[in-house]
Amino acid sequence: MISTSKGMVSPKMATKRVAASMAKRKKSERNFQLLGRGAIAVALAFLVVLFSSIFSKGLPGFFQYYVEIEVDIDREKLDPTGIFSQQSLYDGDARGVIRSALYAAVGAEGRSNKRAAGKLISPGAEQRLRKMVYNDPSLMDTTQTLRFAMDDDVDSFLRGFINRETPEKDRRINDRMVEYIDRLQADGKIIYAFSDYLIFGSASRNPEMAGIYGAFIGSILTLSVCLVLAFPIGVATAIYLEEIAPKNRITEIVEININNLAAVPSVVFGILGLAVFIGIFGMPRSIPLIGGVVLALMTLPTIIISSRAAIRAVPPSVREAALGVGASQIQTIFHHVIPLAMPGMLTGTIIGMAQALGETAPLLMIGMVAFIVDVPGSVTDPGTVLPVQIFMWADFAERMFVQKTSAAIIVLLAFLITMNAAAIVVRKKLERRW
Amino acid sequence: MIESQKGAPPEMPDIDLAKLPNTTIGDIYVENPRMTARQVQVNYGDKTAIEGVSLDIGGCEVISFIGPSGCGKSTFLRCLNRMNDTIKTCKVSGDIRLNGDDIYAPDVDVVPLRARVGMVFQKPNPFPKSIFDNVAYGPKIHGLAEDRGHMKQIVQEALERAGLWSEVHNRLDDPGTGLSGGQQQRLCIARAIAVSPEIILMDEPCSALDPIATARIEHLIHELSSEYSIVIVTHSLQQAARVSKRTAYFHLGRLVEVGLTDRLFMKPQHEMTNNYITGRFG
Repeated sequence: MISTSKGMVSPKMATKRVAASMAKRKKSERNFQLLGRGAIAVALAFLVVLFSSIFSKGLPGFFQYYVEIEVDIDREKLDPTGIFSQQSLYDGDARGVIRSALYAAVGAEGRSNKRAAGKLISPGAEQRLRKMVYNDPSLMDTTQTLRFAMDDDVDSFLRGFINRETPEKDRRINDRMVEYIDRLQADGKIIYAFSDYLIFGSASRNPEMAGIYGAFIGSILTLSVCLVLAFPIGVATAIYLEEIAPKNRITEIVEININNLAAVPSVVFGILGLAVFIGIFGMPRSIPLIGGVVLALMTLPTIIISSRAAIRAVPPSVREAALGVGASQIQTIFHHVIPLAMPGMLTGTIIGMAQALGETAPLLMIGMVAFIVDVPGSVTDPGTVLPVQIFMWADFAERMFVQKTSAAIIVLLAFLITMNAAAIVVRKKLERRW
Repeated sequence: MIESQKGAPPEMPDIDLAKLPNTTIGDIYVENPRMTARQVQVNYGDKTAIEGVSLDIGGCEVISFIGPSGCGKSTFLRCLNRMNDTIKTCKVSGDIRLNGDDIYAPDVDVVPLRARVGMVFQKPNPFPKSIFDNVAYGPKIHGLAEDRGHMKQIVQEALERAGLWSEVHNRLDDPGTGLSGGQQQRLCIARAIAVSPEIILMDEPCSALDPIATARIEHLIHELSSEYSIVIVTHSLQQAARVSKRTAYFHLGRLVEVGLTDRLFMKPQHEMTNNYITGRFG
């Protein structure tokens, strides 16, 4: 009999109601699954759009147009004083040597024609010739087929960014130059090849010569400083706060402030670096050392928070076991807690480092945005970093910098992925201990 | 149908605090005690967990603590090697002595104390290290072994006494966590005896084990009792009856009755002890 008064329902009734509610439950489960799949699909679509746009723009940036010309390396012209030093080569007329080879290749005669021909080739060509000869003196007084980068406007023209139908006065390549380019192309002297400037070049106002080498080294130096400072300090802080510090008001305030620091905009750390390290301590601007310190300050909260979570996740039974056989608190921490928490600590550190690698704003504050052609040799040499380099290139008007920017982004992403992969390998190794 | 069940469940007697004795019934004293506890009181914050507990633990005896959940038997056990120190809100007062030395004296370091009073926990908790390292850890941090060969001997002897050597001697480098539950608990016992303690505290050591593994541990306790004093907290009355010479019955933070196991189970003197061991509550 089914009771009419409210209260527990009879088993029969309950069976019925459960059956009736099943359809609704199944429907909501199905809906939730659909929602989840939809969310993943949208996220993947964005990822695909992002990557295809970066790669379609960036991959051409890894290549550029070169011209191959027969250069008569004349000692008289190249090194007129005969001293054969970097300076004497610099005083020689490398430009003239290359120019005359170029004129011969395109058959340019007369001043205006020669001027047009001269614009085809990158100003970096002379530097490259000098370097080549300096490294290999046996090249003197020989005739070599050499490959030089073409000017960025020519490059853009060859890629089709400059339309030859445009009236001459509206384009950066005049009709004479177009004629010469066609001739060189017909002779098979224009080569589309991997851009060594991108990888081995440094900052340059000439887009065809600009490269990321200096910024890459700057990033490595800055991140090294950041890691060396942030990892030990962060892990030590986490261990102290989690295991040793008495739980009182002061530690509570410290904890709250660490959590708050994690949410402070990174540019604020840059201002701090500017005010303290450059303003008060009078250290030089633009150096990776200060960049690393500023990024370490920014990364510390991330490392501390994730390290504390990792320490908290160590089962209390392990601590009890260690204390039970008479290990002291410090022995318990160092022999048992830290090894078990290490994978989690490393994960936090890598997340922090990845954040630091992509950080631009605080470094702008301490002057790492300066135009620096030299590759930094140490943490106290002025330098810049990859994201700042990308930021600067994105600002330039020349068409070729657009591709270089995307190419640099690809390099940055590759750097990031390599770092994460290394972290996963290290973590797996530590975890595999059981 | 409930009515068809045989026999009604026993009625739960009301627990009346006034019935708790102010002093423990039975003989709390032994001759030549290894450990003495007098008027021990433990507070967690405002809450009193145990009070007025006095008990002697003799040399080479097995004493079991029984009582319903939350009666304070584990709390008292953890006072004996100061494991309660790890709980911030916990306050212990009274007097506990090991061989006449006050273990709560201000100048006492817990490290040597815990080396003399070993502990085995409810859930087997081997370190995530090799079997060898598990046993060798205690001797290593206390500097007991003279050299590597000596360490090997210590580990072998501890594993032999824990009845585990024949099962693991050819895989000492395997992780301790890869053993079965019963083996892990014996490994924990080996780890505890490797530092040559005087007393071993066992907090429900068999509650996570199957009957066969339990039988092995009980056999082991019996063998170890020739050299060590063993204090065992258990929920199983049969286990208390099987392994211990004396039994102490705790209730609501008081030590109600203590005596030789046979006597306590045959002729409990306090009504509550009687109720508990006859299964009327617990």
